[in-house]
Amino acid sequence: MPILEMRGISKHFGSLIANDGIDLDVESGEIHALLGENGAGKSTLMKILYGLYQPDTGTITIDGKAVRFKSPADAIAHGIGFVSQHFALVPTFSVAENVVLGYERGARLNHDEIERTVRQTAEQHHFQIDAKALVGDLSVGQQQRVEILKALYRGCRILILDEPTAVLTPRDTAGLFDILRGLQKEGLSVIIITHKLDEVLAISQQVTVLRSGKVVGRVKTNETNAPQLARMMVGRETVQAVRNTDHRPLPNVTLEVDNLTLDNKRGVRVLNNVRLHVQAGEIVGIAGVAGNGQSELVSILTGTAVPRSGSVCVKGKPVAFGDPRECIRHRIARIPEDRLKGVIGDLSVADNLMLEQAEQFTAMGHLQHQKIVQHAKRLIEEYQIKASPHDRVRTLSGGNIQKVILARTLSPNPDLVIAAQPTRGLDVGATEYVHQKLVEQKQRGTAILLLSEDLDEILILSDRILVMYKGEIVGEFTADAVDIDQISLLMTGAANQESKDVSN
Amino acid sequence: MEVLLSLIGATLRISTPILYGALGEMIVERAGILNLGIEGTMLLSAFSGFVAAQLSGSLYVGLLAAVLTGVLLSLLMGLLTVTLGLNQHVSGLGITLFASGLALFSFRIIYGGASIPPSLDESFPQLTLFAGTPLAPVFNQYAFTYLALLLVPLIAWLLYRTSFGLRLRAVGENPEAVDTAGVNVYGMRYIALILGGILMGLGGAFLSLAQLGAFTHGIINGRGWVAIAIVIFGNWQPTKVLAGALLFGGLQALQLRLQAEGIPLPYEALLALPYLFTIVALTFSGRNASYPAALLKPYKREG
Amino acid sequence: MFRIERAPAPLWMRGLIPLIAILITFLLVSVLIISAGANPLSTFYELLINPLTRTSARWDILMMATPIILTGVAVVVAFACGYYNIGAEGQLYAGGIAAAWMGTQLDGVSPWVAIPLMLLAGFVAGMLWALLPAVLKVRLKVDEVVTTLLLNSVMLFIVSALLNGPWRDPASGWPQSPTIALAAQFPVIIPRSRVHFGFIVAIIVVLVVWWVMARTRLGLELRATGYNREAAQFLGIRVSRMTLLAALISGGIAGLAGVGEVAGIHYYLIGSISPGFGYTGIIVATLGALTAPGALLAALFIALINRGALSASRELDVPVYLSEVIQAVLLLVTLATLLLTRYRIRRKV
Repeated sequence: MPILEMRGISKHFGSLIANDGIDLDVESGEIHALLGENGAGKSTLMKILYGLYQPDTGTITIDGKAVRFKSPADAIAHGIGFVSQHFALVPTFSVAENVVLGYERGARLNHDEIERTVRQTAEQHHFQIDAKALVGDLSVGQQQRVEILKALYRGCRILILDEPTAVLTPRDTAGLFDILRGLQKEGLSVIIITHKLDEVLAISQQVTVLRSGKVVGRVKTNETNAPQLARMMVGRETVQAVRNTDHRPLPNVTLEVDNLTLDNKRGVRVLNNVRLHVQAGEIVGIAGVAGNGQSELVSILTGTAVPRSGSVCVKGKPVAFGDPRECIRHRIARIPEDRLKGVIGDLSVADNLMLEQAEQFTAMGHLQHQKIVQHAKRLIEEYQIKASPHDRVRTLSGGNIQKVILARTLSPNPDLVIAAQPTRGLDVGATEYVHQKLVEQKQRGTAILLLSEDLDEILILSDRILVMYKGEIVGEFTADAVDIDQISLLMTGAANQESKDVSN
Repeated sequence: MEVLLSLIGATLRISTPILYGALGEMIVERAGILNLGIEGTMLLSAFSGFVAAQLSGSLYVGLLAAVLTGVLLSLLMGLLTVTLGLNQHVSGLGITLFASGLALFSFRIIYGGASIPPSLDESFPQLTLFAGTPLAPVFNQYAFTYLALLLVPLIAWLLYRTSFGLRLRAVGENPEAVDTAGVNVYGMRYIALILGGILMGLGGAFLSLAQLGAFTHGIINGRGWVAIAIVIFGNWQPTKVLAGALLFGGLQALQLRLQAEGIPLPYEALLALPYLFTIVALTFSGRNASYPAALLKPYKREG
Repeated sequence: MFRIERAPAPLWMRGLIPLIAILITFLLVSVLIISAGANPLSTFYELLINPLTRTSARWDILMMATPIILTGVAVVVAFACGYYNIGAEGQLYAGGIAAAWMGTQLDGVSPWVAIPLMLLAGFVAGMLWALLPAVLKVRLKVDEVVTTLLLNSVMLFIVSALLNGPWRDPASGWPQSPTIALAAQFPVIIPRSRVHFGFIVAIIVVLVVWWVMARTRLGLELRATGYNREAAQFLGIRVSRMTLLAALISGGIAGLAGVGEVAGIHYYLIGSISPGFGYTGIIVATLGALTAPGALLAALFIALINRGALSASRELDVPVYLSEVIQAVLLLVTLATLLLTRYRIRRKV
């Protein structure tokens, strides 16, 4: 009998169905991988299991007994542990203090005693940690161990880890896997949320694959392989119908990115010698699973991050890093990943529409109100924004906010568009509208770099597709020679796996 | 030598109200709230303590009233900043302005426009330890002073050696960690505010019920702001806060002495020193781990 | 059943909020008035209506509003840019010191030269006193609230050191600076009143700040920085420069308030030229919704209550400090009612 049974779990947020009748079985002493793309519903399912969300329908059974969790405290009491991507640790506290916080066992706090208890808990589960060390001084990998230790100290039998390797170096990852295997040997069950195939194959015994809130596959790890998993996870029926094959770029190169390398704050390399170019009149899409360096690439190209090395040229002229004004000067239209960072919500639509070209609406420092409103009215009509010029932007819907950004960035006829997740969270109508505008720009001769977690979007729009994996460009396809199978393998790192399999 | 000893005695006396205020403020800030209401809270406490003592004829009733005033104003601060999540700066200043206004208003109602500040017939006495020895001028203090000195290790013990202290400190560093551990973040912040209010109330009561035995408009005279400075200067640690309070008291005592001796020094420079030290300390505390990371941030659960 | 949603309140509600806040405030302070043995309604009449019925009291309101219009607008500039300048009080005194010094250097100079020089000196002094916390904020991310607050206390020591040291009046021995030159004294602008040229300065500052904030690119970028620093930076606004600028302008305007008190009221510097005008400025700015015209109205309203409290105290024996309590309660109530703009109440279906 499985230790955990989830049956028919559904959960919706507004019109979005995050979980749609999901079943999940986890045996005791098993490492179970929950595989899926971003937005497939993995995290929602696990937050339901941890009592953070209440399911709309469905039941949870632990050890054959039906349970209902109103809060994480309920879940903890039933032996559920959760290690989220964002550690809930107090950096100025010692490891021991962090572990016992909220579960101190008595009013007095004897440091020797809690350190001993914590050390014992760690030893019992065969991993080493300095109970006295300050958490803020620890590496990310060690901090993660503290989180695991917290769960163990609270007596967990089912440990959930949300994308545990996203923040780890390869060495830390190996260490983590050793710990998880140790826990498994003691009979604990581990659920690991991930979108990395190599990890699934390396550590799990059982895989449940989610796509768009539904279970699309349930396999034993030793009966599957990377290509099969990749197809289940990314797999597409037919999007070719609307696919863009009209690939006639102009000869001149607009964007040239050379050898971009970036390390994050923790010294992990997140971009490695990225090299790409976009020609005028061309849409280049970057496909990839979230967290493979796309956000970092966008930050550099939009002037909010400085790489360790490399260069970016627009129309042959080098662009200085870390200065958004430089991007405006080089006529780069920037559609940011988080659209609320691309507008000032408390300013009016009219003001937001002119902020990047304020000098054109200023005479001796004075804003030309008439001109600003007329400009706004024109763009509101042209871009079908449902708002009046004086409305504050934060009162608008997501789709209309995105239209404000499009109108502002595209109306001055840019040379280059950096579009990051341009349709994230938008409804079908708004999405189509954004796509249409990008295609119009392309036909005008603008170069467009499109980054999206939505592979369909990349396939529909792009003239050329680059695949990004672990901070590198690992593959390139032209629209007329797209091999979706191959793209999904590259995106998930299964391509390397496959070649390894072959060489074996 | 005698001069030095009496200087030390004066230092302890002058430091006492500051120490109460600073310890109270430190506890509150440790839980993530900057209480700029301290100046007004101390003033209104000094006042209500004085009035209650005079009306009841009991100094202890006065003490209770002062403490209660501190608690009530702290609860108001909690309502505004913890429950409603309003801006801590403006709320705190508002409380200071409100409490000061209320104290002066009530003073007028009760005492009219008296030109001589009303005083108590009897105030808390000084207790001299080691009487008859040369140490007497040092240990010629009010019970408040001895209590304040005792509170320093007690609060240190509470913060570092109890589960309660662990949770309190955690709330000011990373409330999310406390919340996911099943502890009520708001509750902890309210408790911190109440403890802080008690201490601020005692600080005010010391002035009106012991040291002066009277109430004047200027009785607090910026001591609340000094307390805030000392908390930063003392790195949010009880013993260093004590050191800061003594440093401030010492400079003040020295300054009074110099003035009394008629030595023509710009004594204001001595008084301004602790503030300048504090700004320097603050400049470097950004990189300092002891700055409560969640200070000034209202807590809201995700989702 | 009703349900509270997090959504912008309708516009009519936003207009209503000051009224609601004032109403709640007066209900709350009624308790105090009754405890003072007075009738709340007649007290409110004295506070709000009576001063408006008499010419001399009307002019007093303008005189009393002058410094708090200036400190209020100073706070508006800083807060609107997301810089929490609590130091208007100290900056006001910096302006006062500069005015007291400049004023004694201007014997025999034409007022047409002297008065602009006084204003310039005060503005620059206020800016200089605001410089350190601003630089610490922009360069080292040191919290400006505590630094500006502490510098207020430091400034009081400086004033005290000056008045007890080099500026002590040799004749009387009082801690007060020498009287400033006649040319440097602000003329009274309304006969038989104490309304001085500083009021005109305050109105000009309101107009200029309103124009800059609402109608210029600089103002737009300052506000954008205050609303959303990160997005403003993304949009190419130099947020550090904006913050520094806002802090310095704010300090300068607060300095002008000090000039007004020295040159328009006292004609010398004393330690008590401000009973907390800098802090009142925070109330004024908050009540005025962080706009210059709003601050003007709020300052006039507070001056009205201050003036009214004088007559209420004379006529009804209600302590004059009532006005301070009202201001503070109004501030806290306004803060709380501003939350209403973020929610709307809906009938549950």
